[in-house]
Amino acid sequence: MTTLPAGTRVVVGMSGGVDSSVAAALLKEEGCDVIGVMLRLWSDPGTQNRCCAPDAVVEARQIAGQLEIPFYVMDAKDAFYKGVVEPFINGYTQGITPNPCLRCNRLIRWEFLLSRARALGAEMIATGHYARIEKQPDGLVRLLKHPDQGKDQSYFLHVLTQAELGKTIFPLADLFKPEVRQLARDLALQVAERPDSQDLCFVGQGGNYRKFLRKEAPTAFKPGPILDPEGNQLGEHSGLAFYTIGQRKGLGISSEEPYYVIHKDPASNTLVIGHSVDLGRSEFSTRPVNWISGEAPVKPFHADIKIRYQSRSVPGLVTPLPGQGVKITLTEPLPDVTPGQAAVIYQDQVCLGGGEIRQEEL
Amino acid sequence: MNTPIYLDYAATTPLDRRVISVMQPIFENLFGNPSSLHRFGQQAETVLEEARRSLAENLGAQPREIIFTSCGSESDNLALRGTALARRQSGGHNLIVISPIEHPAIQVTARQLAAQEGFEVKTLPVDHTGRIDLGRLEDYLQQNTALVSVMAANNEIGTLNPIREIGKLCHQRGIPFHSDAVQYGAHLPINVGELQVDLLSLGAHKFYGPKGVGLLYVRQGTPILPIQTGGSQEFGLRAATENVPLIAGMAKAYQLAREEYSQRSNHLLPLRDLIIEKVLAEIPDSQLTGGDLQNRLPNHTSFVFENLDGNLLVQVLDSEGFACSSGSACKTGDPAPSSVLTALGYTADWALGSLRVTLGKDTSPVDVDRFLDALPLCIQRAREAK
Repeated sequence: MTTLPAGTRVVVGMSGGVDSSVAAALLKEEGCDVIGVMLRLWSDPGTQNRCCAPDAVVEARQIAGQLEIPFYVMDAKDAFYKGVVEPFINGYTQGITPNPCLRCNRLIRWEFLLSRARALGAEMIATGHYARIEKQPDGLVRLLKHPDQGKDQSYFLHVLTQAELGKTIFPLADLFKPEVRQLARDLALQVAERPDSQDLCFVGQGGNYRKFLRKEAPTAFKPGPILDPEGNQLGEHSGLAFYTIGQRKGLGISSEEPYYVIHKDPASNTLVIGHSVDLGRSEFSTRPVNWISGEAPVKPFHADIKIRYQSRSVPGLVTPLPGQGVKITLTEPLPDVTPGQAAVIYQDQVCLGGGEIRQEEL
Repeated sequence: MNTPIYLDYAATTPLDRRVISVMQPIFENLFGNPSSLHRFGQQAETVLEEARRSLAENLGAQPREIIFTSCGSESDNLALRGTALARRQSGGHNLIVISPIEHPAIQVTARQLAAQEGFEVKTLPVDHTGRIDLGRLEDYLQQNTALVSVMAANNEIGTLNPIREIGKLCHQRGIPFHSDAVQYGAHLPINVGELQVDLLSLGAHKFYGPKGVGLLYVRQGTPILPIQTGGSQEFGLRAATENVPLIAGMAKAYQLAREEYSQRSNHLLPLRDLIIEKVLAEIPDSQLTGGDLQNRLPNHTSFVFENLDGNLLVQVLDSEGFACSSGSACKTGDPAPSSVLTALGYTADWALGSLRVTLGKDTSPVDVDRFLDALPLCIQRAREAK
């Protein structure tokens, strides 16, 4: 799996779940000096952060005990609040739909964890992510999709740099989920079979982020006009944060042909809706872009673009713009190109990088 | 990594083999209930009462003044709750006086007595090292004072308090005086008469005895009610079938401590002083917390380092093979400055960076040297991560 000298100290980010537990077990089996770490993240007062709830801590500690590795819980609450929660709130205030998991990966699960790993005398960290890292002859690393395409998490990892990926191990790089489960059983690991959750981790049970935002970003809940693309007022919306691009339900406008959200304008607190012909965008800008190679391309090139973790990738042309951005021109329009979410750029199996989809029209 | 070095004897100590030898045959052969009338019960009772006699003798007490409990925290609970309630019942005394550096077993219990039973709780003034200001003690010894509780030696900062002098002042006014001597009793001889205490808590696992057993000394005539009711064991003060093997183990461990106090202290003091000297000299922005060398447990060192996450430092030290602790450390990664350090006036900048290194009879000079060699780099790495 890896070619680390025996006894190499590796910090494994552990959640108590099956993936990170098996990741830790595999490294331990390989002879690494494994230390398990769980980061204590911020959560809305009165709620528990799913990623480090007391049960999860107990479970991860139990796994670490079974594997006979040390296990430490570290406080990352301030860094998480400033780096992830605040920008999430600000994003909604500005009318975009931020993806906090991306900032969390970059700032918390890598930058913060790497700094703690260094303190613990470890040069490498490992996680239970489904993705591959390939070292090339020139010393640079590439981020590749996981062979289990249904599990591939490279979308969330496009924010990482050469320096970070160079210090990262994905022990599950070649394993399919059923194999990971089987390994956990073979090792008699008492892992929790928690369902994968797409909910926000820091707003409490059920991921009720609207209730959280109502308190933290009140301006995103101001009623305002609903317009059609020509500027005719069709009704009133109850706050921009209730709507995402492509949304059909809950608009409260009756019409023979269904309406969809096609645009949100926070400056005028306006929601623009239209019919399916109005929906869809094939051209948008993305900025800033993180290039995993560390070098921004200068010429336009063809690539596959993924605008959401769960959506399929679509071919398109990537044109570098002055500054740190690119223009992306898809071969077909997509209905849910959402400012604040990430557009991630692939060529075949290689994740080249990606960046935040911008609000402004080109 | 080399074999890990244990430097957290204030948290707990390993069982002494000689204590295991005493307990083993009791576990195996003496299962009787000491309250039973038959011979099985009588055999167990004989061992139980021999342990009580031995402990009483080593404390300068009478056997019937020794109440066996499950631990030091339980002893603290019985002393505080039992005496506060009895004093209110008998004379309407409604004020509980404690120090600000008490163990949570006292602080939290006092808070609960205030919240649920309506007692008033006052906290004694202390100096920067946690020592009671004797000159101001009298202000707190009032008509309605139910009891005073001051710990003999602090677990976190090692400070010794002038127990005898506090006891004397309390006695002049007929106020019961309790002292949590869980740390003190592990290192310094106790004579309850000389110390002028009415109630005193001990826990066996701090002096190489087993976990799960402690005692409360209760001077004859001290007002006290049981807080665990049921059978009439322990002179009606603690209903529960006695755990005979652990109690016998505690008696043996205390006997050994009694015999070896000076030998152990002679071993510990130079090591303790070396750590204090080296840390203060070699670590920038460091302070010793708690008692000075004269008023400090012989095995105890504690520090604060500015601009450092004490939790992380303990983790870094552990990853290098040194088991220490921090007043702010917590296994759930939710650090808060220790209430003791906050009470002594340390700001969060300092209080969050605390480290406690406590030695034991098996700590070797080589262990201490290795620790001192490793510490500066560990601190530097923890600081760089902040």
